[in-house]
Amino acid sequence: MIAYTIYLTFAGAVLVLLVPRAFAKWVALLAALAGCGIAAIAFLQVSDFAQFQTIIRVPWVPSLGIDYHLAADGISLTMALVTGLIGISSVLFSWNIENQQNEFFFWLLLVVGGSYGVFLSADLFLFYFFYELVIVPKYFLIATWGSTNKAYGAMKLALYSFFGGALVLIALLAAYSTGASLDLQELSRFHFSSQFQFWAFPVMFLGFAVLAGIWPLHTWAPTGHVAAPTAASMLLAGIVMKLGAYGAFRVSMNLFPEGFHIWSGAIATLAVIGIVYAAAIALRQRDLKFVIGYSSVSHMGFVLLGLATAQALGVGGAVLQMFSHGIIAGLLFAVVGRMIYDRTHTRDLTVLPGLALNRVIPFAAFTFVLASAAAMGIPGFSGFPAEITILIGTWRAYPALVIIAGVGMALTAAFMLRALKKSFFGEPIPTQCPDYAPISVPEKIGAALLLCVTLVFGLFPNLLLERILPAVETMRWLNR
Amino acid sequence: MVERHPWIPAIGAEYVLGMDGLSLLLVLLTSLILPFAVLAQPCGRSFCALTLLLQATLYGTFTAQNFVLWFLFYEVSLFPAFFIIKLWGDANRDVAATKFFIYTFLGSVGMLLGFLAIYFATGTFDFEKLAGLGRNGDLGLALVEHFGSVAVWLVFAGIFVGLAVKVPLVPFHTWLPEAYASAPVGGSMILTGILSKMGVYGFVRLLLPLLPQQVRQIEPWLLALAVCTIVFGAFAAWLQSDLKRMLAYLSLSHLGYCMLGLFAVAAASAGALSDTAAALGGVFIQIFNHGLTAAALFYYAGLLEQRCGHRSLADFGGLMQRTPLLCGWMSVAMFSSLGLPGLNGFIGEFLIFKGAFVLSAISTSIAVIGLLITAVVLMRAMQIVFSGPLSPGCAAFPELTFNERCVVVPVTLLMFWIGIAPQFLFNVFNSTVAQMVRLVG
Repeated sequence: MIAYTIYLTFAGAVLVLLVPRAFAKWVALLAALAGCGIAAIAFLQVSDFAQFQTIIRVPWVPSLGIDYHLAADGISLTMALVTGLIGISSVLFSWNIENQQNEFFFWLLLVVGGSYGVFLSADLFLFYFFYELVIVPKYFLIATWGSTNKAYGAMKLALYSFFGGALVLIALLAAYSTGASLDLQELSRFHFSSQFQFWAFPVMFLGFAVLAGIWPLHTWAPTGHVAAPTAASMLLAGIVMKLGAYGAFRVSMNLFPEGFHIWSGAIATLAVIGIVYAAAIALRQRDLKFVIGYSSVSHMGFVLLGLATAQALGVGGAVLQMFSHGIIAGLLFAVVGRMIYDRTHTRDLTVLPGLALNRVIPFAAFTFVLASAAAMGIPGFSGFPAEITILIGTWRAYPALVIIAGVGMALTAAFMLRALKKSFFGEPIPTQCPDYAPISVPEKIGAALLLCVTLVFGLFPNLLLERILPAVETMRWLNR
Repeated sequence: MVERHPWIPAIGAEYVLGMDGLSLLLVLLTSLILPFAVLAQPCGRSFCALTLLLQATLYGTFTAQNFVLWFLFYEVSLFPAFFIIKLWGDANRDVAATKFFIYTFLGSVGMLLGFLAIYFATGTFDFEKLAGLGRNGDLGLALVEHFGSVAVWLVFAGIFVGLAVKVPLVPFHTWLPEAYASAPVGGSMILTGILSKMGVYGFVRLLLPLLPQQVRQIEPWLLALAVCTIVFGAFAAWLQSDLKRMLAYLSLSHLGYCMLGLFAVAAASAGALSDTAAALGGVFIQIFNHGLTAAALFYYAGLLEQRCGHRSLADFGGLMQRTPLLCGWMSVAMFSSLGLPGLNGFIGEFLIFKGAFVLSAISTSIAVIGLLITAVVLMRAMQIVFSGPLSPGCAAFPELTFNERCVVVPVTLLMFWIGIAPQFLFNVFNSTVAQMVRLVG
């Protein structure tokens, strides 16, 4: 049934193009709701999370051994759920899009539908198919509806993404020609020679990690986020960066376990550098969206660190962090891009304090306080269980790195507090306090949805962990 | 299917037409593109006559099984193409037409001399017999016996350059951007859709089966040329400000994939049968796809030029607001050229890369850069032309007419069909691929 997330979202995308302008956002919302609803039902109903269970498998191009093969385990279901949630809220937060609504929602649904596809693919060709399908709409979302420096941001993002895609393609072709199959399960049982894995793993992993924002190939992320319209930033941080991490995990680590063990130390080091470096940079930014953009890179560093531990808890924590960061980053970008920037038309941290936004738009202040608490990893929000499990896993694998990652967490708290103080709780300059439109209903619903999710899974992380961990424990590259 | 009549027995020239999967594919492509080219170019009687002449020579080129006959068709096709550019082209048409003619003609002379040498050495012009001689190396030996060891390479160079100009491969490509850009819409569609395939077809039918040892010896250089074509074409396209020139360079880059696949196949050893088959199948499907997509792109470029009166990228903008339908259909063709999964371009490129990777990993990896740049070029062009503020020059920009829809809709549907269920196209040439692979092995 979960396959219908893909079909309904794509059907919605086509329908959006055909309906009159006024209905575009409603159709998009319906499609996003349907996708999320199906993902949620599947998330609750499926009982066996450990196996990568086939949902549908039909021959597609028989002469080449390409199948249309979808499958899901606990990890796929978790990721499909976050895709659905971000899909809904990004539609809600783009309710005020004015020009070319139909195309905007068309591209938006294409990103969402393609992401469902990536998370559910069990055939490498199909996986790559959806993976590439997601990159293209991002470019148009940013280049057409973006703000600051949009042409540059969109082009940089597209170049980095396609570069990553090219690396993935090279390693994928190498795997295909050596293992003579495109099926993920079959290939993960195939034994590639150590020498082959030694070079194929880093090529493929790096290709995926570009999209996950690994240091030092992360620079597309902040500029892309800043240039993107609100919904595109939410999709980018909430889902697209996760595609990279998911691919790194599902494809490169499963296919080349020996290569992974050789290179895992290097990955962990890069991840930790990313955590600290991005947090330190975020502390020095003047543009509020750059702060959030760098915080995404820092948080994705935790995901990569968790994966690199090769411990059940660390990897499970990484998946949890993918979910949690998707929600929190979506929320932060929604506040910054939609609630603040669309009203004040500035994100400058030297101007914002004078506007006393906490009095003009208190709901935004309330949301941002909770969201930044979640981003800091305060217990009670979903960020906390994710980071703590990652750190426990890291403690077992790389004790020294835990301390450095801890520094990163402290820096995160520092830059979030700084952003919070400057953006909402500055000294008001009376002459500069114009009236802004109150927070609209769609914004409130979207924010409430994401806040509830981060709270629910922060208080009951087991809802996710009991689905993620069994799937993680079947991975053969785990250090037990 | 072979039709055979004696023609000039004194020089071993026969009238032989035959068809295998590759010929069939190209005949299909010709029949598909030419009607659309005529529809795209409302130029009256003489244009139609020239186009029909061209069509006849193209069918001849793709089915002739004897060199003299093949060469006749191949050469005659130059004249209608020349006049189409010369009579209906834009301001630069004289230079472009002359350059096109001289380049291709000089290439043909080299090829003719090469084949005369082969005829003197072996006494036959028949493709099948020559291929038989070529496979076990007798052809090369006979040439060495008659003319000395340098002659083999001279013959090779003559044929190679003749075909490489026609495809074209970098550095023999300099006639291409001008010819493609100056030709009228219908002319560009035929040039890029089918005439470029004559060169690729020549490689498959003449050079690779006749002189396989020589090809294998300078294999790395040939691969390097193909990779240069791919990467150079893509980068050059990035720098163009003229829509048609941009498409011309992209077309060059895409033909490079065909050549990469072919050269990789030619170098294949007996061990890698399935990869060779994949690469060759990829080349064939890319031949068809490129013909379809590139012709469609030039068709759209023509529509834009016709409506705005210019074709400089920077002067377009915001067309999406005026003509969402036109932009929608056009972006399908551009996405197909970009290699977006789900459309026809993807499957051919994927197969070529898949097959060529095993046969030559390094050149394939470098060629992937071309893929990357192509995507960026096309996305940038789309963004400039379709979105942004409406440019003043395009204020009165009509939507697709009924006639135009009749062209656009079937072509787009075909792109989706090949992209989603390519099996039917494979069935056209699968047996031929299997046969050729056996011969290579």
